[in-house]
Amino acid sequence: MSDTSEKIVKLDGVEKNFGAVRALDGVDLQILSGECLGIVGHNGAGKSTLMNILAGTQSCSAGAVSFNSDSGGGSRGGSGSNVGERAHNVSEAHAQGIRCVFQELSLCPNLTVAENARILHPRIKGWRWRRQASDLILNKLDEVFPGHGIQADDPVGDLSIANRQMVEIARAFTVVDTPLRLVILDEPTSSLDAIIAQQLLRHVRRFVDAGGSCILISHLLEEILETSDRIIVMRDGRIVDDRTAGAFTRQSLVEAMGSVVKEKEQEQLGFASKRAVGDPLVSAHPPGQDSGIKLEAHKGEIVGLAGLSGHGQTEILVRVFLDKRKAKSDLALVAGDRQNDGVFPIWSIRQNIGIGSLRNLLKNGFLDLDAERKLADSWRERIAIRTPDMANNILSLSGGNQQKALFARAFGSSAKIILMDDPMRGVDIGTKQEVYEMIREEATAGRTFIWYTTEMDELNHCDHVYVFRDGTIAADLARDALTEQKVLQASFQGAV
Amino acid sequence: MIAWISSPRILRGLLPAFSLAVILVAIFYLQPRAMSYFGLNLLLNLALPIAFATLAQMCVITVNDLDLGIGAYVGFVVCVSATWLNDQPVIGVVVLAGCIAVYGALGALIHLRNLPSIVVTLGMSFFWLGLALLVLPTPGGKAPDWIRAIMTFKAPGVPMTIYASAAIALLVHIGLKRSAFGAVLRGAGGNPRSVERAGWSLLRIKVTMYALAGFFGVLSGISLIGLTTSADANIALRYTLLSIAGVILGGGEFVGGRISPIGAVLGAMTLTLAGSFLSFLRISPDWQIGAQGAILIIVLALRVVINRTEARRPR
Repeated sequence: MSDTSEKIVKLDGVEKNFGAVRALDGVDLQILSGECLGIVGHNGAGKSTLMNILAGTQSCSAGAVSFNSDSGGGSRGGSGSNVGERAHNVSEAHAQGIRCVFQELSLCPNLTVAENARILHPRIKGWRWRRQASDLILNKLDEVFPGHGIQADDPVGDLSIANRQMVEIARAFTVVDTPLRLVILDEPTSSLDAIIAQQLLRHVRRFVDAGGSCILISHLLEEILETSDRIIVMRDGRIVDDRTAGAFTRQSLVEAMGSVVKEKEQEQLGFASKRAVGDPLVSAHPPGQDSGIKLEAHKGEIVGLAGLSGHGQTEILVRVFLDKRKAKSDLALVAGDRQNDGVFPIWSIRQNIGIGSLRNLLKNGFLDLDAERKLADSWRERIAIRTPDMANNILSLSGGNQQKALFARAFGSSAKIILMDDPMRGVDIGTKQEVYEMIREEATAGRTFIWYTTEMDELNHCDHVYVFRDGTIAADLARDALTEQKVLQASFQGAV
Repeated sequence: MIAWISSPRILRGLLPAFSLAVILVAIFYLQPRAMSYFGLNLLLNLALPIAFATLAQMCVITVNDLDLGIGAYVGFVVCVSATWLNDQPVIGVVVLAGCIAVYGALGALIHLRNLPSIVVTLGMSFFWLGLALLVLPTPGGKAPDWIRAIMTFKAPGVPMTIYASAAIALLVHIGLKRSAFGAVLRGAGGNPRSVERAGWSLLRIKVTMYALAGFFGVLSGISLIGLTTSADANIALRYTLLSIAGVILGGGEFVGGRISPIGAVLGAMTLTLAGSFLSFLRISPDWQIGAQGAILIIVLALRVVINRTEARRPR
């Protein structure tokens, strides 16, 4: 970085809470012009939240975001009180020349490529706007991805995922009037093949060398190491390491991402594999992979599925669920996405629990309401659902207690196998401890758990952990062999 | 040329015109006398109000909502037009402008409170119907002369309805499908978050689209009173379902901001003609609604077939 670089954005003690969950815990960060900043961190480390705050799509709970142009010379920033008053929002981020390519595709599928370009640029108007927008986006596509083969009047919904991603990236780099200063790329290469990804990274370097800045978030560590000037490592909503890219190696990055080693020696002492006797209860390959490591679960085992989110864990849960259901096995699923897959929002807590065991609640072919009440009340005691009355609507409960009701639904049924799809999302720590306890009890009583989790700590409760990467199982670790290092290693390995 | 014509995207676009042509040819075959200025005028007489109601519905569908109150609303407009607009034009105009404002406010309410549009508009349909009955408890009233004059104007060549439909379809097409702001409006149906992240106000977009719906609803009511000369609160209740059917028949989709104004107008005309067609077939009115449904199913089935061929093609 030369002496001429100036600060573009400065974050001072930025915090962000989602209910009880603290996504960002005091982040101080400066982004200079002419640098590419790489950000790495495990799931839930706060990377995406940080990006959303920079892009103005979320506001921070505390702290300040200030821009170079706000504080005149850029050397002042200090308390941030002079700028913190003003709400940082999307329009302001745009006016400051900040653009963001979000992780999930965010183009309008019903519009053409050119129309999508126009959405980002209110300044394109008048009779010739279509021509203007087409030229703008096509020139940029030609510049970033030579030989892309995309037409300006193609509806985005008709394009392949990779092409959509390319359009979205190119769109972020287009300039109409406000100069572009910072482009944030959140997992930009996730759906691009190696050659196109290289084209993009080369463009990022060109852009940065010309004085722009870029934030690159990626799980492919090679990409980050090659492209960035500086790398920050995030963990638990904090920046834990901040060095020039040259000072990192793959190994040291992985190490920096892991949290301090837990005192789990004594837990490991008690580990006895349950695999010595009998056949596995569950045995499945991930969809799209017919050889290699199999997912197996024996009676009474807690099996963990780890890896970065979206690498095939949910898919294998669904596969196991459908296969076992076809085979008429008794199994239950605890959903992680409560609102969409979990609760019946207009039902009472009692009904929400009873639905898991309807067959056992029948009397002469009718639902035995007394039995349902007894079932629900007994679980209210056992799992401590905090409500004055189980007849209350399920939505009257806090998120954590709703999740407890979902656990009660699964535990209260006669299911022998319980699948859990990252069930602790947004659950507070106290509830978590109670549920961990229940899971261990139930496993001892002979139930089998398959538990997809994005939280490293939860893996310590598992007898066996399978680490997923790109839809396949990258590692199979028994409890006594489990370390955070190994999980991270397996999650991030084999980048192109 | 052949390849261009047979590409699914074009086929899908031509389907509404094709359906209309098939119904027209069938009618001309059954009743050759319909093939005249007078015959066409009679056949398409009621197409214009339905076309306006369909466009109103389309505006709401563009932003992924559904308006179940449009029929009752058109009925209310008809009653206002036959009374106040005729007796005290100033009050009439103010009331109609107020209707459009109420529609805009509905859009704001639905967006801000995150309410399901179906529930709100269904509730509003009773509100409009009740108001219409207050304004005009028994059928009657009189259409203002100037409206009557416009609606019965004898255009050269083909009936006025055809000119008017073509003009309005083209106008809305330019506004929604070709203009720069139209892209934003449709984008709000395709991916609201993306539009919001680009710095647009979803609230303003929703209010705009609902107010537009209210505006087309007013046009629908005014054109309807010009044809019927006297009003009735229940006159347009079936427009609710007709308008939804028209949008879908015209190539629109319930979600995702995929709409076609030209297709919607063609769809409305097809539905209008379908009624006459069934009468020519001597199908009793009891069965006509069922038969209209059958026509709808056939056209939608064709669309599914086209979409399937598209899905099968390698990209």
